[in-house]
Amino acid sequence: MSRVTIAAQPVDTNTLRKELQQPGCGGFCVFEGWVRETNEGREVSGLDYEAYNELAIGEGERIIDEAVQRFGIADARCAHRVGSLAVGDTAVWIGVVSPHRDEAFRACRYIIDQVKQRLPIWKKEHYLVGESSWVACAHAPADEHDHAHQG
Amino acid sequence: MTSVTVEYYAQLREQAGQGRETITSDADSLAALYGELRQRHGFRLDIAQLKVAVNAQFRDWQQAFADGDLIVFIPPVAGG
Repeated sequence: MSRVTIAAQPVDTNTLRKELQQPGCGGFCVFEGWVRETNEGREVSGLDYEAYNELAIGEGERIIDEAVQRFGIADARCAHRVGSLAVGDTAVWIGVVSPHRDEAFRACRYIIDQVKQRLPIWKKEHYLVGESSWVACAHAPADEHDHAHQG
Repeated sequence: MTSVTVEYYAQLREQAGQGRETITSDADSLAALYGELRQRHGFRLDIAQLKVAVNAQFRDWQQAFADGDLIVFIPPVAGG
């Protein structure tokens, strides 16, 4: 079963949560990224995500493998929406389980940061005023200014 | 001549006016292929702003490509 989902419809996060639940794990950490109503001072009415699915899933699996290696977590899931999203919609969901909380928090942070930089996913923002535009926030190293739309 | 399929996403898709095309080229590297397609479609993104994938694996720009490859140029990403 793939640990990474690129979804054209809202994701049932309860199912993802149940997939992760296991008796050896006492820590479950989730990050949800939502569509925010403003970005860099402009009012956002909604946005469209598109993905190169096959590479996005492959790269997402590599990121989770790295998180398992680095932090010793037990398991993780990542789901990212594509298609048209409105303000308040969940764009990305990351869930991590581990025996203890510290590695779950750190791995969750690692996964979302890497997802934003590495997954071939693109975002076109629509504004209340003015022309829509493709948002370019990456191939930037982690320490550069974060143009991220949420989080 | 090598025959490959190229897929376009985001601004490249809009500028190409299509999501996918099959082309023949005698370019000797992925960089040279992008140069040809950039000229044909008027892509505004410079190669320094892109990555490239062949058959769903990231590749170096200086690598060659083979008949039947699926090539995707990756504009700056913005997931999350």
